[in-house]
Amino acid sequence: MGIFQKLFGSKEQKLKAQKYRLGMEKTRRSMSSLKEVLTSSKKIDDALYDKLEEIFIMADIGIDTVVHFIEAIRKEVQHQSIQNPLELENIIVDKMFDLYLKGEIIDTNIRFNPSGLTLILFVGVNGTGKTTSIGKMAYKLKQEGKSVMLAAGDTFRAGAINQLKVWGERVGCLVIAKEEGADPSSVIFDAIREAKKQNIDVLLCDTAGRLQNKVNLMKELDKINRTIKRELPNTIYESYLVIDATTGQNGLNQAKVFKEATDISGIVLTKLDGTAKGGIVLAIRNELNIPISFVGLGEKITDLDYFDIENYIYGLFADFFE
Amino acid sequence: MAFENLTSRMQMAFRRISGKAKLNETDIEEMMKEVRLSLLEADVNYKVVKEFTSEVKELALGEKIMKGLNPGQQVVKIVNDELVKLMGSEAVLVQFNESRPTVIMMVGLQGAGKTTSAGKLGQYLRKNHQKKPFLIAADIYRPAAIDQLVTVGNQLDIPVFQMGTQVNPREIVKEGIKKATQEGYDLIIIDTAGRLHINETLMDELIDIKKIAKPDEILLTVDAMTGQDAVNVSLAFHEALAISGCILTKLDGDTRGGAALSIRKVTGIPIKFAGTGEKLSEIEVFHPERMASRILGMGDVLTLIEKAQEEIDEEEAMSMMEKMMSGSFNFNDLLKQMKMIKRMGAFSGILKFLPGMSQLQNIDKVDDKQLVYIEAIIHSMTPEERKNPELLQRSSSRRNRVANGSGRSTTEVNRLIGTLEKQREMMKRFQGMNPSTLEKMGQNPMSDAASINKGKGKGKGGFRI
Repeated sequence: MGIFQKLFGSKEQKLKAQKYRLGMEKTRRSMSSLKEVLTSSKKIDDALYDKLEEIFIMADIGIDTVVHFIEAIRKEVQHQSIQNPLELENIIVDKMFDLYLKGEIIDTNIRFNPSGLTLILFVGVNGTGKTTSIGKMAYKLKQEGKSVMLAAGDTFRAGAINQLKVWGERVGCLVIAKEEGADPSSVIFDAIREAKKQNIDVLLCDTAGRLQNKVNLMKELDKINRTIKRELPNTIYESYLVIDATTGQNGLNQAKVFKEATDISGIVLTKLDGTAKGGIVLAIRNELNIPISFVGLGEKITDLDYFDIENYIYGLFADFFE
Repeated sequence: MAFENLTSRMQMAFRRISGKAKLNETDIEEMMKEVRLSLLEADVNYKVVKEFTSEVKELALGEKIMKGLNPGQQVVKIVNDELVKLMGSEAVLVQFNESRPTVIMMVGLQGAGKTTSAGKLGQYLRKNHQKKPFLIAADIYRPAAIDQLVTVGNQLDIPVFQMGTQVNPREIVKEGIKKATQEGYDLIIIDTAGRLHINETLMDELIDIKKIAKPDEILLTVDAMTGQDAVNVSLAFHEALAISGCILTKLDGDTRGGAALSIRKVTGIPIKFAGTGEKLSEIEVFHPERMASRILGMGDVLTLIEKAQEEIDEEEAMSMMEKMMSGSFNFNDLLKQMKMIKRMGAFSGILKFLPGMSQLQNIDKVDDKQLVYIEAIIHSMTPEERKNPELLQRSSSRRNRVANGSGRSTTEVNRLIGTLEKQREMMKRFQGMNPSTLEKMGQNPMSDAASINKGKGKGKGGFRI
């Protein structure tokens, strides 16, 4: 029995993973499937490794990480003296777990402040889905029984404030906003004060999308952080970097630079319901140690979920189950 | 950053190749490995890379090595030429309709930048083609998408047609076009909702809008940071709608934008515009040939190849190299060297092209005037002094005379003499070095000297002062 069957044997688990699979819709053409590659290969040779490389690169995992990954597989194959390509299945899945977990236990839960306001900051480049993710997360937290407030810290993009307000209405929570062009730090400052006054559990802060090579915008982020630290001293808060699953190698740069500007505690991987696999997050985890905390799996308000590596791997190799 | 890594890696590969008289198959293979990695790092689609490199490999094998280039440079030249050919060699403009208002339909995934690009495009075509633009807000799904377009329209003083979020987009487009035509606008830009290419309902909506609007252009907006999936996305949109062009957005980031190549190669659609900043004026006509070198990640090394090729006489350069390497380099040679550099253009400009030099901090501070001063100093020397620098080192009266004659300070004269001496020493040192030591030096500006040694007179770009 293969590792997939072991992992996803139970009906319940399969149902949950199915959501990822539906999300990570199989590419209709071109992408060779792992199953096809393994069953059609007679032996484990360079040609087979090349095909594996192709599969992983096509998932945007990134060259350096792929090379590292293939090397790990090669070593294991040698170590176990495996000859049948089909047995690679176990090793690939195993090594992928290794690559992500690195022997650590990753807790992606939000670190709630036990004695007061929990703040969550959302950052990222333009168009990755920060505002939408905030809306979905607000809903999720509300379902879990928390009181939620939103801060419209994207005062730059046209319509961003209204977009957040619409989400506030949908979810049923207060949105603190100023006019377009206002200083984002002052919006967040006001929001923290207001949230404290109203005894809110969680404050979700939106920020403007910024390309990571724009110095001034990164400085603005620095100011926001200083404001938060001043208003909420000695409080841990989550900073989520929102990354679009269609992003390629630049995702790694994004993570690097945002990590310098703010203490990124996790990634929200959005738009995983397309054909893109979002593999760059594996490279980000591998090279920068930033875990994935949440995934966006669709356009519905309920389509934000805690990241689950098992399900993600299931999604990557979903064709094994067809 | 990734970019720097890549550049240095490519330079390593050059160094391995340079210095050989002929390009053999192994060299090409070796070089192609680097090209392949480079393209993959730039997010060019895996299959596209595979095809592309195998095509170039064939070309490179048949090609003669041009005079003035070393084999490594020759391979890069072929790679670049092919990339340019693939990307298209010139900008492709918008097709305007002569008999009725021109209709442009913006389509793409969520967050690619359709709304911003719609505004930018309206502004651009108004300014550069004297069009009278009119925007239609047909994104009824994303919260506040209409607000966003209205705000953009206000900022640019372009009217925005909207019917709220409760009306079918097909109806909005129909009414919008009617209104724009009645009111005498000659450019209609339709902003549609972002959608996944696998969402059939929404793709059907676009097909219907296309039937209603009969657009002259359907522009797919693509985020320049898109990875491997660019192929799937562009193919799906192209199949459903027969798109006429692309707008590449967020090109002001540090992405290499390999998606552009993938899209071009699999769909054949030209990239027409590029979004280059956050301001609404920041859009430009896309220049495919510039994009080729960005994707390849070789930057201006290519420019240097061209320049060196045109300007430097190989024989002259060869004898200069031999001189330098022999350690008998004197002021006459320095003068000749400077003349060669001058022929290639401004000194500070040249430095930037050189591999490894980009890391040099004060690159812009190198003063071209310094060259003039140096020339003046050398011209004030006697022929004996030029041939035999030791004469100057030994006598301070000689140095003072040269300083007076050239109108420069004695300090400057001393510095020049010192520089020449250092250069001679350095050359002597290099001769004793092994290649691995030299490769390590690739991290600092001395890398050029390294390639001079390995190049045995072929490293055209490697002149140092």
